[in-house]
Amino acid sequence: MTTITLTVNGRSTTVTAPPMKRLLDVLREDLRLTGAKEGCGEGECGSCSVLIDGELVNSCLVPVLQAEGAQITTIEGVAHLTAQGEKLDSIQQCFLEKGGAQCGICTPGMILATQHLLDKYPHPTLEQIQEGLAGNLCRCTGYMRIFDAVQQAAKTG
Amino acid sequence: MLEPGPIVGTSPIRKEGLAKVTGRALYVDDITLPGMWYGATVRSTIARGRITSITFDPAIDWSQFAIVTAADIPGENCIVHLTKDHPCLAAEFINHPAEPILLLAHADKSALIAAAAAVHITCEELPGVFTIEDSELGAAGDTKKVVWDHPGHGGSANTFKTFLMQKGDNPLPDAELEKIFAEADFVVEGEYRTGAQEQLYIENNGVIAEAFRAPDGTLDSVTVSGSMQCPFYLVHALELVFNLPAEKCRVIQTETGGAFGGKEDFPSVNGSHAALLAMKSGHPVKLCYDRAEDLIATTKRHPSRTRHRTAVSRDGKLLAGEIEVALDGGAYATLSAVVLSRATIHAPGPYHWPHLTVRARAMATNIAPHGAFRGFGAPQSLFALERHMDKIAHTIGLTPEEFRRRNFLSTGMHTATGQHLSDPVDMQALLTRALRESKYHAKRAEFDRTNPTSTIKRGIGFASFMHGSGFTGSGERRLNSLVKIELTADARPRILVSSTEFGQGTNTILSQVCAQTLRIPYDEVLVAQPDTSVVPNSGPTVASRTAMIVGKLVERASESMLLTLAPYLTFHSATADFDYSVACDVPANYTPADFKRAAHTYLARHGALVAEARYEAPGNIFWDDDQYRGDAYPTYAWAVYVAEVAVDTTTYIAEVKDFHALQEVGKVIHPILAKGQIEGGVAQGIGYALYEKCVYIDGLMRNNQMTNYIMPTSADLPPIHVHFEETPSIHGPGGAKGIGELPMDGPAPAILNAIEHATGISFTEIPLLPEDIFERMTRTPGSGTEDLNPTIDLDTRTETTEVPA
Repeated sequence: MTTITLTVNGRSTTVTAPPMKRLLDVLREDLRLTGAKEGCGEGECGSCSVLIDGELVNSCLVPVLQAEGAQITTIEGVAHLTAQGEKLDSIQQCFLEKGGAQCGICTPGMILATQHLLDKYPHPTLEQIQEGLAGNLCRCTGYMRIFDAVQQAAKTG
Repeated sequence: MLEPGPIVGTSPIRKEGLAKVTGRALYVDDITLPGMWYGATVRSTIARGRITSITFDPAIDWSQFAIVTAADIPGENCIVHLTKDHPCLAAEFINHPAEPILLLAHADKSALIAAAAAVHITCEELPGVFTIEDSELGAAGDTKKVVWDHPGHGGSANTFKTFLMQKGDNPLPDAELEKIFAEADFVVEGEYRTGAQEQLYIENNGVIAEAFRAPDGTLDSVTVSGSMQCPFYLVHALELVFNLPAEKCRVIQTETGGAFGGKEDFPSVNGSHAALLAMKSGHPVKLCYDRAEDLIATTKRHPSRTRHRTAVSRDGKLLAGEIEVALDGGAYATLSAVVLSRATIHAPGPYHWPHLTVRARAMATNIAPHGAFRGFGAPQSLFALERHMDKIAHTIGLTPEEFRRRNFLSTGMHTATGQHLSDPVDMQALLTRALRESKYHAKRAEFDRTNPTSTIKRGIGFASFMHGSGFTGSGERRLNSLVKIELTADARPRILVSSTEFGQGTNTILSQVCAQTLRIPYDEVLVAQPDTSVVPNSGPTVASRTAMIVGKLVERASESMLLTLAPYLTFHSATADFDYSVACDVPANYTPADFKRAAHTYLARHGALVAEARYEAPGNIFWDDDQYRGDAYPTYAWAVYVAEVAVDTTTYIAEVKDFHALQEVGKVIHPILAKGQIEGGVAQGIGYALYEKCVYIDGLMRNNQMTNYIMPTSADLPPIHVHFEETPSIHGPGGAKGIGELPMDGPAPAILNAIEHATGISFTEIPLLPEDIFERMTRTPGSGTEDLNPTIDLDTRTETTEVPA
């Protein structure tokens, strides 16, 4: 067992876990953050996507040891806390309005991939969106509603 | 009837959307119960055989595990779907390579992998049957190839089910039919094949089960929560496995991460397994498959082989057809009979056949059972038909467009089952619009001009088709669905249905229908979680039936609630001695506040209000199961899909570059959700045609990973343009018909028709991967010459018989 300190959604956390335990399992089991999902367990589907120090990663492929000292953002940390309560990020709002979420299982990863994409390209072309989200599989939408949501989010900032 | 109004026809935010975009939606694997254990399944390692011994490696402390074998099953060792041929756990015989034999549970999930590997099962292996052709040899009398024989279950050797569908009340005798073929200007034959396809919901199958004991220690009840489409199917399965009455088998659907049919029949299997482990261990047990296990063990789309023989006149009229559909059902019957029925009825497509015979059969093989997948048989037979229609057109010298135009069904005509098309049907107009939207003619001409000098061959093709809404035949009569709407303590309507949300938008559209009928805001309507101890059986969530059938019941239950509340709405300020029991009309105008006040008044006086509506078959809809004739579906959605492709003759990769999907679906309840349904279905259809191949070796799927079973990514798909025509139907709320499965039917034939336009090669089998295109384009012709002229359509020329007039 190893003790690891990491910052998740802005809060510093210490976990004690086997060093090779997958970050995905640490998030889901140790920290009870179940927004990241396991779809394939081999880095193909992207439903376990989180941001580590701003980079989009498949948390099923990351041993928790590698996350020592890292800043991690999960879907639970995307909405903004305001004096009036929770306010959705514009990406989340656009996914809602444009039908970007159907069954919702890929949605947490897809929203984080979108956040990463828009950090890189604030006004992405359709091709950049297609490439940027190509590591996140969605079986429901055929991606068209998701492209709409991303374009709308880029517009509203 | 519900008029299109302020809510139906608009796109409010989906009911469970907020939970999904914030990550708060709880799917089954996100749920942990106190004291919960984890389950695992020990499966066969051979395709067919007899179990001779099961031994447990002494290196493991087995006292720490719950172990379930067939001998532990309190009721029947059977997963009941339509028949009772499917064991819950193999006791003696193994019929497919992922057959479950034994179940394990342990408090520590990580202990299960080693334990499962330490259960040693020895078998006497028997030869397996893995193709439709081998299975047919068994059916024809080769007893060594008989792998399924349960005459008591409605089938015969290796044959789960057969259908014979003939056009007309008095079909022609064979000799006269043969005369038509003999005298026809053209007889065109073709054989078409489709492969297995995995639903590939991103959330694998998973459940959590609990078992409860009576004070005397006997099993009292079981509860299963999980990812599923049809909670009452699982209740039915549990009743048999546990020998418990239905009310002691409680099933709760949790948030479900995609299904597409893959969670229709299968949860009866894993749900029963988890409940057995809960019973044996005395703990709640979570049984969630990982991707590799889900891919080898759960259901897929039935592989198919369809043969066409068609008599056609010189002026392009269909004279007679013979269609033979064969499905590979896998090891057990599951839903194969019903899948076959939809395949049979959709085989003639949207065309008028003066004479037609369809012979269909579902065959047994030693592959994990195939089951429900969006489209449910129709994508298979429509792929064959729409490829064949292009082949006929090429053969007789008409364009694919003109040939279809000369044979389309239209309003007032009869389908092959004798159904009178009383609702408006205008395939001509749909085709005209689809070709215009896609710039079909201009593109066809452009590609014909540019292809000869380009290594990238471009093409455009289309498919015309229909999809029946609701259960096939007398299915809806038998289901006898019930919907309830109750008022909550704060006077909000809450819809009680077993219809499940798994992405399509069930919660949202049913709420829209309820809100508009009650004339209150959409946000006021609540939807109960599907829990069989709370909701009535509104039927399974399948068959494009939820919007039309269940939606109509929600509309009627809402109307019933409104009638009950009418006196309170009319005289909400009435004096205390007003007689509310006198029925009266619903006032023409009232506000949502009036509704709330009336509902509160009613609740104060009566304590509760539950309105309900039960399915009533329309009087003019009749189906004869014995004759296989009549109104196969209450209504149909009609469509024309156009695909544009590019085939790179250097890499042999075929890509879809543009896609237009035009459909007539009745009233569109929620335009954004409806578009999403069509786009998602088209994407799955593109995958079905060009990417998704289940590679079986000795009956076992060997590419059981997302790494090597390839579904389309965001970078693989073309723009998908969705166009709706809306001709309201009397059968659905506000005029809606079903749309869920429709988009699965058209893409594959449209794409292969486009590839034929691009390359001149008639491909007849999907999935069509680059290696298949390579093999065909570089194939050495039989004459031994190395010359290759890919513009010659060898199939069309060699398989066509032209009979002199």
